[in-house]
Amino acid sequence: MAAHLSYGRVNLNILREAARKELREFLDKCAGSKAIVWDEYLTGPFGLIAQYSLLKEHEVEKMFTLKGGRVPPADVKNIIFFVRPRLELMDIIAENVISEEKLPAPREAHILFVPRRSLLCEQRLKEQGVLNSFTNIDEYILDLIPYDGDLLSMESESAFRECYLENDQTSLFHTAKGLMTLQALYGTIPQIFGKGECARHVANMMLRMKREFAGSQNQILPVFDTLLLLDRNVDLLTPLATQLTYEVLSCDSDQCVQNGFKFAQKKPGEGGKDLPTEPKKLQLNSAEELYAEIRDKNFNAVGAALSKKAKIISAAFEERHNAKTVGEIKNFVSQLPHMQAARSSLANHTSVAELIKDITTSESFFDNLTVEQEFMTGVDTDKINTYIEDCIAQKDPLIKILRLVCMQSVCNNGLKQKVLDYYKREILQTYGYEHILTLNNLEKVGLLKPQTTTRNNYPTIRKTLKLWMEDANEQNPNDISYVYSGYAPLSVRLTQVLARPGWRSIEEVLKMLPGPHFEERQQLPSGLHKKRQQGENRTTLVFFLGGVTYAEIAALRFLSQMEDGGTEYIIATTKLINGTSWVKSLMDRPEAQIL
Amino acid sequence: MKESKRAVSSILVDDDDDDDDDDDDDVEKVSWSGEPVGTFSEASTRVYAPELRKPKSECKDYFSDWSPEETVKRMRKGKVYSLERFRSLQDKLLLLDEAVSAHDGNVITAVLIYLKKSLSKEIFFQELMVREIALRHYVHYLKEMEEQKTLVELMKLPFSQDDAIHVQDHYTLLERQIIIEATDKKGEAEIFKKFPRKASILNMPIITTLYYSCFYHYGESEGTFSSPANIRSTFRISEKQYILTALGARAKLKSWFDVDSLFNTKNWLGYTKKRSPIGFHRVVDILQKNNAPVQVLKDYVSLIDDAELKLSLAQKYKCHDIVIEMYRDLKDRQQLIVYQGKVERGSHEDRKIDQLLGNMQIRWKN
Repeated sequence: MAAHLSYGRVNLNILREAARKELREFLDKCAGSKAIVWDEYLTGPFGLIAQYSLLKEHEVEKMFTLKGGRVPPADVKNIIFFVRPRLELMDIIAENVISEEKLPAPREAHILFVPRRSLLCEQRLKEQGVLNSFTNIDEYILDLIPYDGDLLSMESESAFRECYLENDQTSLFHTAKGLMTLQALYGTIPQIFGKGECARHVANMMLRMKREFAGSQNQILPVFDTLLLLDRNVDLLTPLATQLTYEVLSCDSDQCVQNGFKFAQKKPGEGGKDLPTEPKKLQLNSAEELYAEIRDKNFNAVGAALSKKAKIISAAFEERHNAKTVGEIKNFVSQLPHMQAARSSLANHTSVAELIKDITTSESFFDNLTVEQEFMTGVDTDKINTYIEDCIAQKDPLIKILRLVCMQSVCNNGLKQKVLDYYKREILQTYGYEHILTLNNLEKVGLLKPQTTTRNNYPTIRKTLKLWMEDANEQNPNDISYVYSGYAPLSVRLTQVLARPGWRSIEEVLKMLPGPHFEERQQLPSGLHKKRQQGENRTTLVFFLGGVTYAEIAALRFLSQMEDGGTEYIIATTKLINGTSWVKSLMDRPEAQIL
Repeated sequence: MKESKRAVSSILVDDDDDDDDDDDDDVEKVSWSGEPVGTFSEASTRVYAPELRKPKSECKDYFSDWSPEETVKRMRKGKVYSLERFRSLQDKLLLLDEAVSAHDGNVITAVLIYLKKSLSKEIFFQELMVREIALRHYVHYLKEMEEQKTLVELMKLPFSQDDAIHVQDHYTLLERQIIIEATDKKGEAEIFKKFPRKASILNMPIITTLYYSCFYHYGESEGTFSSPANIRSTFRISEKQYILTALGARAKLKSWFDVDSLFNTKNWLGYTKKRSPIGFHRVVDILQKNNAPVQVLKDYVSLIDDAELKLSLAQKYKCHDIVIEMYRDLKDRQQLIVYQGKVERGSHEDRKIDQLLGNMQIRWKN
């Protein structure tokens, strides 16, 4: 039982248990002792579902990483490959199987495709002549993985690109299926709201899937009141902005998503502080008490929180002087492990905070942030920006440049042709002509495009939805804008308004954002309508199609714990993203392009 | 059992390349099991479609009645199906459209493979061109199967007019780089011996190429392929970019004279004056990064327009004369006294400050 999954309103342990059951059944199908050969990418998500202890219960004796050549020797009856449906992995498996069959006593081979089978992969195995060698080939439909008590992700890294660049809606199909699974476990969701083309598709698919099973009625009492489907392209600005919550800054970008992180290592010779030299890996989720407290805070508020905690912990340790009776001493001693864990956690986070501070107080970080905030408030978005020019001249990392120019474009509803041409030329000349493909992609998804009309709706949207809050209080926030020190994420604001007073009040603004907005109702069997108690909160599942940032997650959590908020949020998405990983997924190199 | 399996598989997806005896594979390939959504909470029995166990005669009647909708539904659910019955072009296209509207990637790909084998290339491509989603899937399939040739035929470069210019530039640049690389590789000139090349120039961006040219081929006539002047005009590099790049390269080589010439222009009276499309504070920055001596730095610090910036940079880089002069111009006696503490005792600057402080004619403001 993963304790952190049952905090909060919705017990995501149920989902996890269902996933574990599937896994157990498959393992039992391959009867006898076994060894698992892992696709490395899967170890993270699987770690969230099952620990080694569960696998051991089902006779898993050894675990190996998938690589070429032979599967290492192990005295087991079965070898099971846990892999994603990717062709290059099929070749490796074929190699493994062919060498295995040369052995005097070859072990039985099986494949478990995660999250689903693929015709192309099986065809590849057939071409390699090994398809027949497998006793069981199955798929493990792991669509929605519970990352925390209020967070689910499909970890589909190509979803945004497929939907918005390639017009491929397969990932939406799987999203719909994932939602059907969720409803099977947690009850039919009576109300569905959505904004965006993809949202519309997902809703349509869900309704159609429901119709296909018209006979069976779901008798589970609904846990969710509302489902809100949001297209990522309704709010392209938020993922581009530099995130300022502790969770994000403390993560080493890509490490975040595996729900643990390695300390960024300090450069040698600076500061003279002694910090851990090998990267330390911490399992971080809401189960770690201190982390749960500070993860969603704006970084500027973390220092104060840490010192407060330090005082509390010191005071607790001082208690030993007050313990006089045997009973009191015993009590103190029993608390010790907890206090020591707390102290060690404090030490870790303090080190991390110091590392982050070095970055956030640097001139370049500050300059970058200033320009971002200028764009967000509509300052000079129609001119060539000198800071960006300078960064290009200094050959700063390309992703940084792309994020900034895209931000300017989004805040200006497209750039003047002259300005766009200028940026494009500078970028191509400085970083290479091959990036023309990436620039094309960015234009296709609407991130970096020429102005088509002279009308820029962004200032209107910003004013109506109050996206820029002048005096954002980072220490004791009263509004979601604290996550970006003044900018309230558009997506979260839309969510907030939906709950109260409702989208009818912002019809005009909604029309300015891309894609249709809609509402659907799903019939519940009679007698299952929830009777809400006085003051009981509604539960809304917010599904971000195309990715969600940790800042948006922090903002939604903030809304959940607001005194008279009225709604608690569970967040789901196709992928947990940050600005860097998101823009990277849209980049193309010529080698990857068949020309 | 095996006989009926083989019989059934012979009326399943028509695989023209099927001259091997992998009949069992056909069966496994097409009927992957999948649970209907919604029965998650029930026992997960992964069973092959029971139809497989029926003898051939029964199955035959079964298949022929399935419409495109039915067929696609069966494919999605992992049940046995047959695509062979869709013979006419119209039927095949209906099948494809139905598959596309179902959104399941595996299903779409399976139908595409069938169509590819059972239609002429011209017609197949033609129909794909007007079906964007199907086309995308097919491109993805070709990429995965590494069928480059087919893909090249299919794809047309989707570049706009402006982008076409960039693409042309790219080719021109590569050609140029190949020529330069061929000569420079031998590394005969003095400069290559003093500063050996760290990497080949091929595939480098244009600005990097320009830098390289300013470093190794500065001063060559515009006629040669490797000269900075030629590169600048061929690739229409802006004055700003050119000066920035040339500055970096010449500063690295400590050719202060060359650096100086970059900023010389003649005004209408014929006098030389200094001009820069980039702020002189940037010039100072770049020079300083290349370890330019103070004598060189101070010439450029003195050209900075913004007084505050000028003062702070002069202090930062210890251009004492400039600082002293500025304080004198600002008539700020206090600061001058403070600054005197920072210069070396008895030095030329020290005496200069003394002189100024002793000057009765200056109306100090403090």
